[in-house]
Amino acid sequence: MTDPAITPELVQKHNLTPEEFEKIKTILGREPSYTELGIFSVMWSEHCSYKNSRPLLRTFPTKSPKVLVGAGEENAGIIDIGDGLAIAFKIESHNHPSAVEPFQGAATGVGGIIRDIFTMGARPVCSINSLRFGPITPESLPQTEDDRAAMINNRRLFSGVVAGIAHYGNCFGIPTIAGEVYFDKCYEGNPLVNAFCLGVLRHEQIARGRACGIGNPVFYVGPATGRDGLAGAAFASQDLTEESAEQQRGAVQVGDPFMEKLVCEACLELLATGAVAGIQDMGAAGLTCSTCETAARAGTGIEIELAKVPQRAPNMTPYEIMLSESQERMLIIVQKGREEEVKRIFDKWDLPWAEIGRVTDTGRMVVRNHGQLVADIPAKKLADEAPVYQREAREPDYLAAVRAFSLAAIPDTTDPVPQLKTLLEWPTLASKNWVYRQYDHMVRNGSAVCPGSDAAVLRLKEDSLPIWNPATAAAAAGAPVPEKFIALTVDGNAAYVYLDPYEGGKIAVAEAARNLACTGAVPLGVTDNLNFGNPLKPEIFWQLREAVRGLGEACRAFNAPVTGGNVSLYNQSPNGPIDPTPTVAMVGLIEKAEHITTQWFKDEGDAIILLGDPVDATDPLQGLGGSAYLQRIHGLKTGTPPRCDLDREKDLHLALRALIHSGSVKSAHDCSEGGLAVALAECCISQQIARETPRLIGAKIELAPGAGQRLDALLFGEAQARVVITTAALDAVKVLERAKLLGVPATRIGTVGGEQLRLRVGTGEWSWTAAELHDLWWNAIARAMKG
Amino acid sequence: MNFAVLQFPGSNCDQDMVHVLRNVLGHSARLLWHKEKSLGDADAVFVPGGFSYGDYLRTGAIARFSPVMQAVQAFAAQGGLVLGVCNGFQILCEAGLLPGALIRNRSLQFRCEHVFLQAVTPDSPFTNRVPDGKLLRIPVAHGEGCYFADEETLARLRANRQILWRYVNARGEATDAANPNGSLDHIAGVCNEARNVAGLMPHPERASESILGGTDGRLILESMIHTLEQRAAARAA
Repeated sequence: MTDPAITPELVQKHNLTPEEFEKIKTILGREPSYTELGIFSVMWSEHCSYKNSRPLLRTFPTKSPKVLVGAGEENAGIIDIGDGLAIAFKIESHNHPSAVEPFQGAATGVGGIIRDIFTMGARPVCSINSLRFGPITPESLPQTEDDRAAMINNRRLFSGVVAGIAHYGNCFGIPTIAGEVYFDKCYEGNPLVNAFCLGVLRHEQIARGRACGIGNPVFYVGPATGRDGLAGAAFASQDLTEESAEQQRGAVQVGDPFMEKLVCEACLELLATGAVAGIQDMGAAGLTCSTCETAARAGTGIEIELAKVPQRAPNMTPYEIMLSESQERMLIIVQKGREEEVKRIFDKWDLPWAEIGRVTDTGRMVVRNHGQLVADIPAKKLADEAPVYQREAREPDYLAAVRAFSLAAIPDTTDPVPQLKTLLEWPTLASKNWVYRQYDHMVRNGSAVCPGSDAAVLRLKEDSLPIWNPATAAAAAGAPVPEKFIALTVDGNAAYVYLDPYEGGKIAVAEAARNLACTGAVPLGVTDNLNFGNPLKPEIFWQLREAVRGLGEACRAFNAPVTGGNVSLYNQSPNGPIDPTPTVAMVGLIEKAEHITTQWFKDEGDAIILLGDPVDATDPLQGLGGSAYLQRIHGLKTGTPPRCDLDREKDLHLALRALIHSGSVKSAHDCSEGGLAVALAECCISQQIARETPRLIGAKIELAPGAGQRLDALLFGEAQARVVITTAALDAVKVLERAKLLGVPATRIGTVGGEQLRLRVGTGEWSWTAAELHDLWWNAIARAMKG
Repeated sequence: MNFAVLQFPGSNCDQDMVHVLRNVLGHSARLLWHKEKSLGDADAVFVPGGFSYGDYLRTGAIARFSPVMQAVQAFAAQGGLVLGVCNGFQILCEAGLLPGALIRNRSLQFRCEHVFLQAVTPDSPFTNRVPDGKLLRIPVAHGEGCYFADEETLARLRANRQILWRYVNARGEATDAANPNGSLDHIAGVCNEARNVAGLMPHPERASESILGGTDGRLILESMIHTLEQRAAARAA
């Protein structure tokens, strides 16, 4: 087969601009071959090169004494957790594939991020995810035919994505321990699937994606290369169009979690032998990315022969082999002379392997097919010198209307009873048990706090670590690993970011840190996923720039360096761009089991205390801007969102942790979407003992409204820096005093007990039975999916 | 005691079982690779959960042909104690060591949650330490846990008191709502006629430490240990 001629049309089809093509010619000193054009197009896609976002990403705080491997250095960042142990973690998007083929798209997203973690030498021990879909319930009645068809499609995507994540994670044997799901019209046709994985390792076990050692052999391990996932990275860097679904199905890969489990175990076993000089997974841009990046990092060259690459389909061209994104494949650079160890271990696991090349001193990535040269590119220039663009930014026009919104436009509530029920059964706020009961969230015997509280908590033990050198494996296996607990959460309220990208970015981080504080954890670091629209549009780039500014500032405030992440641009369907959606996965550490705290009320008679001011007096919208209440009850996504005062947040988290560590906090739950009323309801209904067996408990609440304060704002406003805690009644006074000493406002607002949530504000009094609220909240998504 | 925990490609609850037997219950436990032909000096064998061989043909369908399963067959025939959990239960059914089969959950969805179990038959090597009337709170995590057998087999299981555990609600009633997968007769686990091989879908090893929310699962493992101790004492006498 002859390669097509390189024409301007072909260059454009590869999403390369004429200027970029000129740069390629300068680098090569000649015209590229067809295979080389393909290689440049994937390596210089946004997905691989961050060419539109790199200048912004540089503003993130990325360093701390605990960061062992920093952002952008390797496949995932690594943070020290003490006692010679470390964690590797990262989040990555699989949005476009999931839009086209939800089950496989989401499944391979999970598979890809798990590979990034064991590539670092870490044992993957838990997954979390952040998902966005179009609405699965009618937004307003009566529904139009089109809206109904869209809603049914949203449900299809939602159930397909959840089943795909469940399939991959459950079979691999990794607990999917936390997550978040939002439903909003803006994600119709462009769902978001952000998958996160965390692994554990000893400091000495950190593996590098470097092609070290001139003359070392290069091994390919894992299943054969097929035509699936051709140029997926380039596909992920374009707008989704009507034709995407049909035309680009071939760009979606097919996952095999069983294969990945074997590859993972075999790689960890091989790493323990010390025979590995470098290792990298073949993720986005497959063989292309793994070969040129490993050479670029090591400052070496790499030479491979494609005829030796195991191939699944007949007559594959060099272009196809280099760009395939077939799953579960790894590139391993082996210490010369130790090839037999690789063969022995991969044979034990019945896994395919092939020696496909060697490390050179030329600095070039040289690809041959049956001896014939098909690509010869300076590896460093290809991997590191992608063009970088400072895009034009312009504030979007819609923000003028957002800022003009005032509460005068909506009447205050007179009866919050139906409104609280409506909010609790809104799929975005409702229990996500329909989702997480499909995920095995307990495998590996570490899930100390399962999904359903503010943050998940994972207990580490010796089998959380990869095996050690076989000679000492038996001893290491029995060696005690000091008790440590990792807390995890992922957060990102896109409505806030849409209405004010800077404040919204700050809030995403602040909420994540607050969720960790509620479980008793100290933040260690952040991995973020920036899901935005087309960066070539100045309004979109402005959203990105402002959100990044807010995210970075908040990460600095909480001492939570960004250790890596992912940028997913071009999230637009024919209906327009998605709301700007940065998702923030934050990881924290809890040193002692007794500090682990959950959100639900514990015992009758416990005192309920609100930490933080009930309402932000400086906010003219009293916390209702961008709120779930405005969105669901009034059908409005507008208003300036609540302000995020980072100093106040920090003080709150410090005080909360101090109170938890003193042993007097029995439950802690942050106020976020739906405000104080939703938070209190969740405290009453969110403990699940077993199937069909919630533990319900009521509460009696009394709130004193300030002057000019609206009832809807007091109950449903989303002022930041607030947490509801409970203590034994006897401890209440002590805790109130202690909180004030620590500089945090604290008010006793009620008592736990009874079967109802009773609320008194001034002269008004309302109540709900816990059982009714639980039924609405717990079953809402299952009911929607049955409808 | 010395315990063997089988390890198939795709097993993923193998380390959890070893952890509990070794670090929680204080016994010796080791992983046994599926290509092994001997169980060594094992006092009892555990077939752990997971997705052996990816479960691509049918859950447990390929694992039963493993060399190690020949050894397990022989061990069981001599009265050795064998417990299969989740995928291990499926493998033991496929291998003919236990009656019946496990098919897809009626909901067609994977289910991971705590359930209540009633130990229906107290006098078995797997239930003898469960206090009378005590409900066990233990998690399930499976997509194919619906126990299925023909009417004749079910009648035989009842007559021989081979049904060891049923799904029940918090009041101890076996109801459809309490059953996570649609199992016939709400069956969560059974034993063979000789009462030395048992399987169940719930995971006792995930309910053996209070930090993970409960220790009821230990009662099942401790029943086995108690039985082995009694056997050892009988031999010594």
